[in-house]
Amino acid sequence: MTDDDRVFKALADPTRRLLLDRLYERDGRSLTELESELEMTRFGVMKHLRVLEDAQLVVTRRSGREKLHFLNPMPVRLIHDRWIDKYTERRVSALADLKHELEETA
Amino acid sequence: MSTMTETTIQVYMVFIKASPEEIWDAITKPEFTSRYFHGSNVESSFEPGTPYKGWSSDRSQLFVDGEVLESDPPRRLSFTWSALWDEDLVSEAASRVTWEIDPQEGGFSKVTVVHDQLEGAPKTAATVASDMGWKIVLDGMKTLLETGEPLVS
Repeated sequence: MTDDDRVFKALADPTRRLLLDRLYERDGRSLTELESELEMTRFGVMKHLRVLEDAQLVVTRRSGREKLHFLNPMPVRLIHDRWIDKYTERRVSALADLKHELEETA
Repeated sequence: MSTMTETTIQVYMVFIKASPEEIWDAITKPEFTSRYFHGSNVESSFEPGTPYKGWSSDRSQLFVDGEVLESDPPRRLSFTWSALWDEDLVSEAASRVTWEIDPQEGGFSKVTVVHDQLEGAPKTAATVASDMGWKIVLDGMKTLLETGEPLVS
């Protein structure tokens, strides 16, 4: 599985997207904090966090005795820059061409 | 990411196909930083207690002023960070930037930027979290080291 595959697979689950949204609202949270906001067992939350970590969407760091979870925006940014930009650029340039053509004929 | 008002620690992590020494050079040599770090020229001896400065490409303006806190080439570099590139930011308190470089299998390095101690610098925090912040810097470093070409020319 490539890095991109891991990211798309991780994002394909609504619970994992919810966990990312929670970290977006407030970053650097412990498992206990994240667990308290979800209708899910500690084990379930851990499993989802592991998938997010494997995809590099979440990075953990130790702070004293706690392990804190941080949102890592880099994988989504890399996919955007290398993959999605390619298609949106074409659409933008098609619109620019259309504008140009309409202005020429006006 | 301007909604992340409570965030005083930001973490950015990316895998780059380059050795820790190559990453270290990319962080510490102006001929590299000028090609991925908003055209800026880094200046420092990278000894703890000495200044860390980021100049504009023509060296007429100081963008970042700081002091080296820790230096363990090619694995770890930490310095204070005062943003001076925008007059809205100059009055804010200094924050801290730490680069961590961990060699991985297959010729990759795990590169992590931790920007913390942002309690007294909310505008700086919002700027470095924006699309033009650490994300484009790290993507630019990855692109430069892996392809030899800058992301933004």
